[in-house]
Amino acid sequence: MTNITAILKKEFRSYFNSPIAYIFITFFLGISAWLFFRGFFLINQAEMRGFFGLMPWIFLFFIPAVTMKLWAEEKKLGTVEILMTLPIRDYEVVIGKYLASFALLTVTVLLSLVLPLSVIYLGNPDGGTLIGGYIGLLLMGGAYIAVGLFASTLTENQIVAFILGITACFVLLIIGEDIVLFNAPNWLFPIFSYLGLGAHYSSILRGVLDSRDIIYYLSLIGFFLYLSTLSVESRKWR
Amino acid sequence: MIEVRELTKSYGATVAVDQVSFDAHAGEVLGLLGPNGAGKTTTMRILTCYLSADAGSATVAGYDVFEESVEVRKQIGYLPESAPLYADMGVIEYLNFMTQVRNLPKSQRKDRTRAVIDICGLEDVIQKDIGELSKGYRQRVGLAQSLIHDPPILILDEPTSGLDPSQIIEIRNLIKNIGQEKLVLFSTHILPEVSATCSRILIINNGKIVANGTPEELSSQAEGEEIVHIAIRGSQDAIEAQLNELEFVSQWNRVDTDNGIVGYQIHASQGSDAAESLFHVVVKNGWSLTELRQESVDLEDVFLNLTDKEQA
Repeated sequence: MTNITAILKKEFRSYFNSPIAYIFITFFLGISAWLFFRGFFLINQAEMRGFFGLMPWIFLFFIPAVTMKLWAEEKKLGTVEILMTLPIRDYEVVIGKYLASFALLTVTVLLSLVLPLSVIYLGNPDGGTLIGGYIGLLLMGGAYIAVGLFASTLTENQIVAFILGITACFVLLIIGEDIVLFNAPNWLFPIFSYLGLGAHYSSILRGVLDSRDIIYYLSLIGFFLYLSTLSVESRKWR
Repeated sequence: MIEVRELTKSYGATVAVDQVSFDAHAGEVLGLLGPNGAGKTTTMRILTCYLSADAGSATVAGYDVFEESVEVRKQIGYLPESAPLYADMGVIEYLNFMTQVRNLPKSQRKDRTRAVIDICGLEDVIQKDIGELSKGYRQRVGLAQSLIHDPPILILDEPTSGLDPSQIIEIRNLIKNIGQEKLVLFSTHILPEVSATCSRILIINNGKIVANGTPEELSSQAEGEEIVHIAIRGSQDAIEAQLNELEFVSQWNRVDTDNGIVGYQIHASQGSDAAESLFHVVVKNGWSLTELRQESVDLEDVFLNLTDKEQA
């Protein structure tokens, strides 16, 4: 546990040592505020459905940008050689790095709480959808981070990691969409509709916290962290 | 402390390390010498548990490298080639991080950081970011990192590459000092480095160990014959006729002629005291001697010999 904390702290600080964290936070807050207030002033409604609805697409670009460096940079610089010869198990490094990205996401999302607070001040929104929305946001972001982290273990080029991350997240997001499901063969239908990330997100958005959705997200995260650990270990055998 | 038995590792079709076996003990500075691509780095990466081997075994301080890798890593301080460090971290911040991941007790963290700063001479740069440092300082931070948990075994991959001559001497002295109590295993492809620093040398070529011994042992192994340089004032024909007659001279080459002085390089059989005998021959013939020196066979010849033979 102390090892995971040490890696987590180091990675989290390194986000703030470089411009990444500031760019991420600024852009995210900017875009969210714009999305929010556009709806707010145009249709004169104090609610955040539009904001939450667009988040899967905004995270699609933001999160791989946050995770792309986690392994690719270490490999490129060679620092991975010191890191992986420390008395730490490979999965501890993977989890530490994952949690660092997740912490950055959490901080950013917390900062965006200004928006719902103004909604509460100005109108009378449904508390359930708000809380559900934020939990959904973190779960979905957490799943994207796990996918992006895995993409980063595959290459030493950050741009490649970024594009792989976007592609993988995109596939996960759309396979549950109707347009894909209608064209998929029948036997794939239940698999796709379960695996699709978007469907689980929208059911949480409705304010219904179903344990199946939470289990879906947690197992998706666990699965990609496991893949990342395997990928990191594979250096030994190549 | 390190026991390596028939270690083998290949990347695809290329065999990087081929049945390498050796032992190393505390108080030794072991130099791994070989041309580029000989398998030095791969051997070190296996010992530090960064890579696995295809066959063979290795134990470090009694722990198996493949089975008890976390224990092994605790015993080792490792500096990979060209000292890869996090450029965006400060020197102190980086060393602090290392004390944490090395799991040093909180009470010792400050002292150990202080100690490695002193040992590696980092006092002037502790306020800086690693990215701002010169190559020499970066190498020292890398070394500080490998020493922070006071490990019994230190593995350094080309610790002096890219440094200027005075920095090289500093690092060598540091290695020698550390090697008095601990085991230091370091690799290099620079010859003078090993004779200056090591108590034992492993020469590795094409993944195989081709020589293993102290610098003196290796030099004497290669001394099949003595080489003497001599310059004589006298008649060239007479001198050469005489050289042909001498039994201990196996081969001679005329290297230069200059105003009646003739220079030769003479290969003589070992133990013949060639220089002394040649002196007597010159005196007996009434020539005058202008130069006489014995050439020592050095590590360079050993190295070239061994690595050439393997390639042939």
